[in-house]
Amino acid sequence: MRETFTKSMARNIYYGGAAFFFLIFLALTFDTVSGLSKTDNSQNLTGQVAEGKRLWEKNDCIGCHTLIGEGAYFAPELGNVFTRFGGSTEAIKAFIKSRPKNGIPNRRSMPQFNFSDEELEAIAQFLKYVDGITTARDWPPNKQG
Amino acid sequence: MKYKSQAVAKLYFTAAIGLFVGQILFGLIMGLQYVAGDFLFPEIPFNVARMVHTNLLIVWLLFGFMGSAYYLVPEESERELFSPMLAKLMFWVFLVAGALTILGYLLVPYATLADITMNDLLPTMGREFLEQPTITKLGIVVVALAFLYNIGMTILTGRKTVINLVLITGLIGLAVFFLFSFYNPDNLVMDKYFWWWVVHLWVEGVWELILGAILAFVLIKITGVDREIIEKWLYIIIAMTLITGIIGTGHHFFWIGTPDYWQWLGSVFSAMEPIPFFMMTLFAFNMVNKRRREHPNKAATLWALGTAVMAFLGAGVWGFLHTLAPVNYYTHGTQITAAHGHMAFYGAYVMVVLTMISYAMPIMRGNKANNERAQVLEMWSFWFMTVSMVFITLFLTGAGIMQVYLQRYSDAPIAFMAAQDKIAIFYWMREIAGLVFLVGLVLYVMSFFVKPGVKVNA
Repeated sequence: MRETFTKSMARNIYYGGAAFFFLIFLALTFDTVSGLSKTDNSQNLTGQVAEGKRLWEKNDCIGCHTLIGEGAYFAPELGNVFTRFGGSTEAIKAFIKSRPKNGIPNRRSMPQFNFSDEELEAIAQFLKYVDGITTARDWPPNKQG
Repeated sequence: MKYKSQAVAKLYFTAAIGLFVGQILFGLIMGLQYVAGDFLFPEIPFNVARMVHTNLLIVWLLFGFMGSAYYLVPEESERELFSPMLAKLMFWVFLVAGALTILGYLLVPYATLADITMNDLLPTMGREFLEQPTITKLGIVVVALAFLYNIGMTILTGRKTVINLVLITGLIGLAVFFLFSFYNPDNLVMDKYFWWWVVHLWVEGVWELILGAILAFVLIKITGVDREIIEKWLYIIIAMTLITGIIGTGHHFFWIGTPDYWQWLGSVFSAMEPIPFFMMTLFAFNMVNKRRREHPNKAATLWALGTAVMAFLGAGVWGFLHTLAPVNYYTHGTQITAAHGHMAFYGAYVMVVLTMISYAMPIMRGNKANNERAQVLEMWSFWFMTVSMVFITLFLTGAGIMQVYLQRYSDAPIAFMAAQDKIAIFYWMREIAGLVFLVGLVLYVMSFFVKPGVKVNA
């Protein structure tokens, strides 16, 4: 680099630039968080949904599935599974419940988690709540996720 | 070695390499599960193998960063490490905590692990990359604080170079943003938003400061180029990293229920994120071309140049490939993401740690550089691992393009598993490339044991 561009100029760009853009990021975060109730489906965030989220986490569902695009890419997207299963929590519950204990030969299989009826309902309600989050351009592109 | 306390880095580097081997073995298990779905089911389901694979990566990179800091900070500060004892103690604490966590993943169902570690008291588990039990996360905080205290006191009471200051800023940022892993609201949009404060602000923010500092240190040592020049480059590279990367976080806020302005902000700023990586490539090649000495450690030079090139390709080019919102609409959460993740992590963080190990390990073992034969074998391992990682990335990219077309873009989109069956060939080829990577890794480990004059079958 040229001699006219000194180390202290570079340093000032670093400190100034980082601080400036971090402050902007904080302001944008404030704006995002304060307007989130328009899209985040929080009106349907019941105690049962929260329980479903705990179960989702406790069984590391994200280790195979994506949820609104984030997670592992081994198993189907579940952010829109409620829509894909025809808007039926019963279908979701039936699917989870019917997984064979020892898997399906040669196929990727979902474990059998032995959930109680109450737990199944909580998970299904959580997935229904997630499906209700308004994403930009109604992502994912189609019901296949 | 200028200061004998630098030797604590040897422990950290040894552990890092050991865990690296474990990471790759689990990667191969997962790769096989992609095509032979019932492999090791139900004993090691995919999610468990994946947790082990990703968590081992994070832990061994942290060992690598800490080892690098313990090696370079005393030399930069021109004094002994503040407390070598504390560094050794924290090593064992971190290693035992890490090992217990991985064993927990493997030996009991994840839900049981959550129960026995009392996750309900402060639920933080079950989120991607942050799967560690809450108690392990607290352990990480303790280790990080002790580490920062040790490094911080060394810097404060010694010479304050730009490399030291950039490194400590990156390390403090690493610790601070990790605190967001304890925030886990019921509201999924909020959860995701702040989850990225750990994940993105780590790998596309503060970790790049650590990367830049380590690379700058090694380049000063092996090229002998004037510190003033290298420091100026370092400042301008990390300035560009943060200027583009902080608002660049917005590329994760396209589809999670956050406002539409992130589509523009995320696209524009993250499209500029390759700039600092490109500058890093120019920087590394320029410094090596202007070298004022011929350092006998050729392998370390190769790793340093490799880091700059592969970080630009993996993080820069493959990141740009799917970072614009209209493209990401189709590619988000597909094998394209996996392709980018693999080459970016390898190119930027794995390689910079291996660069530092390559430079520092021979010195800690009593030589300025390894013997010729050991270096040749190490360079073979460089090419095996790097080229196979390029192929892993290309095969996953192929899989991703097909997946996007079949499942999201064509006129008659097909179901996820139906699409996966059609692209299995790419997963087979990825697995073969993975085996070649393992060969490279075995050669790498062997290179530490090659004596001069011993015949090598490389």
